[in-house]
Amino acid sequence: MFEWLGISPYGLFGQLLIGLINGSFYALLSLGLAVIFGLLNIINFTHGAQYMMGAFAAWMLLNYLGVGYWWALLIAPVIVAVIGVIIERLLLARLYHLDHLYGLLLTFGVGLVITGLFRNYYGSAGLPYPTPAGLTGGTDLGFMYVPTYRVWVIGVSLLVCFGTWALIEKTKLGAYLRATTENPVLVGAFGINVPRLITLTYGFGVWLAALAGVLAAPMYSVNPNMGIDLMIVVFAVVVIGGMGSILGSIVTGFGLGVIEGLTKVFYPEASATVIFVVMAIVLLVRPAGLFGRGT
Amino acid sequence: MSSTAASQDSNSEVLLAVRDLHAWYGESHVLHGVEFEVRAGEVVTLLGRNGAGKTTALKSIIGVVPHRSGSIRLQGEEMIGRSSRHIARSGVGYVPEERGIFASLSVEENLELPPIVKPGGLTRTQIFDLFPNLRSRLGSQGTKLSGGEQQMLAIGRILRTGARLLLLDEPTEGLAPVIVEQIGRMVEQLKRAGFTIVLVEQNFRFAKAFADRHYVMDQGRVVEMIQGSELESSMNKLHAYLSA
Repeated sequence: MFEWLGISPYGLFGQLLIGLINGSFYALLSLGLAVIFGLLNIINFTHGAQYMMGAFAAWMLLNYLGVGYWWALLIAPVIVAVIGVIIERLLLARLYHLDHLYGLLLTFGVGLVITGLFRNYYGSAGLPYPTPAGLTGGTDLGFMYVPTYRVWVIGVSLLVCFGTWALIEKTKLGAYLRATTENPVLVGAFGINVPRLITLTYGFGVWLAALAGVLAAPMYSVNPNMGIDLMIVVFAVVVIGGMGSILGSIVTGFGLGVIEGLTKVFYPEASATVIFVVMAIVLLVRPAGLFGRGT
Repeated sequence: MSSTAASQDSNSEVLLAVRDLHAWYGESHVLHGVEFEVRAGEVVTLLGRNGAGKTTALKSIIGVVPHRSGSIRLQGEEMIGRSSRHIARSGVGYVPEERGIFASLSVEENLELPPIVKPGGLTRTQIFDLFPNLRSRLGSQGTKLSGGEQQMLAIGRILRTGARLLLLDEPTEGLAPVIVEQIGRMVEQLKRAGFTIVLVEQNFRFAKAFADRHYVMDQGRVVEMIQGSELESSMNKLHAYLSA
């Protein structure tokens, strides 16, 4: 039925699946950025490095300690989140009374240092990470081939994204977060420990980035630059979705992954730039982003 | 001035004693040695013109003015160097002038937001008895309420926490007379229930019925103390302070 378009169903659905996969990572990463920006008002430029650290933490657990994928999925993001918490307490917390630009510069610098350290010790060639047993292979559905691990990644991403949304919109802790985003001074004047809330939020945002890193490890090679290329697109996703919007990050992340995938089918030449074209259009029509709340 | 005048009811303890309180916003020096005290169970008002320093005095007590000096003793304990978090945990409930209802929270979430700091706070049922309007609006977005309902929510949510000293910043501002009356009755009920209340007001007639004392502020100082019973006879003096 697709032949008249000159497109094979394998090509179309294959790219659609890749779009959803990329969208899974865009969503997880822009969600972390949104959570952090909402409360700290800082654009976390260390995010890409923290995503990379998640993948490396999984690789190190496997190669140095013999800890496999499933345990790494639980442990590695927590390790990276703890490092994030230390960065927040030691460095970021000193900048909250200054212009947000300083936080941006600091996180950008920390990201460069971390990436440089990993490049120094592990080179840029990329290290292999095996697909976990049980998630290897795939299924041929007749119109497309579906690798099992990719379905797993999409499933985990959807689950974590909507779990995060529910945590923020439906729980008491989420109510504290939303209130603190609006008026941290008043929330503190009710006796709530706002600095601790901020630290936990940063840790959670970093946890999301590192989790995405572990999920990426078996699909892409583990390499110090893996965060840099991805983050350029993710920042565009954040701008399109509207800075700080939770649902916006999720919907825009998956949506743009799919748009990018479809562009590869219909007009491959534009696939690398389509997201930035969308960004330009959105900025012209709705400067606050699709889900943004104005200024 | 304040220490002698307040002694008429000396059998109840001094809950809040403010001495030589100075406060700054950046470079501008807003409070210049404010002094007053509040005994347990009293309702005390801070009156004065716009810019006299009433709101800043309340903000200094709860600790949200970053730069302040002097002494603020709460049941004898010095609070001047403490964070607002600590002061709230010592049993102080604060209702800001702008009410501080959170737009991204439902009415119920707004009501449940301030943590319990002491035992003995009001139950939800008791809060709904005071403010029946709130009961049917629990699912609404906080800022979708009318101004009066938002004020009731802002007061209701700190009654839950067990705080015994309530700081209310202009609770009647911009509200219809019927609502002002309802809030007045509520303050009287809270006084009977043993709450101690510091009320910032421009509208002193509102507080006439139940206030024990009025402190008149001008240019960052307390310039006059008027007993509740002497309010009528002090009208001329008061008008002189409050009118421009």
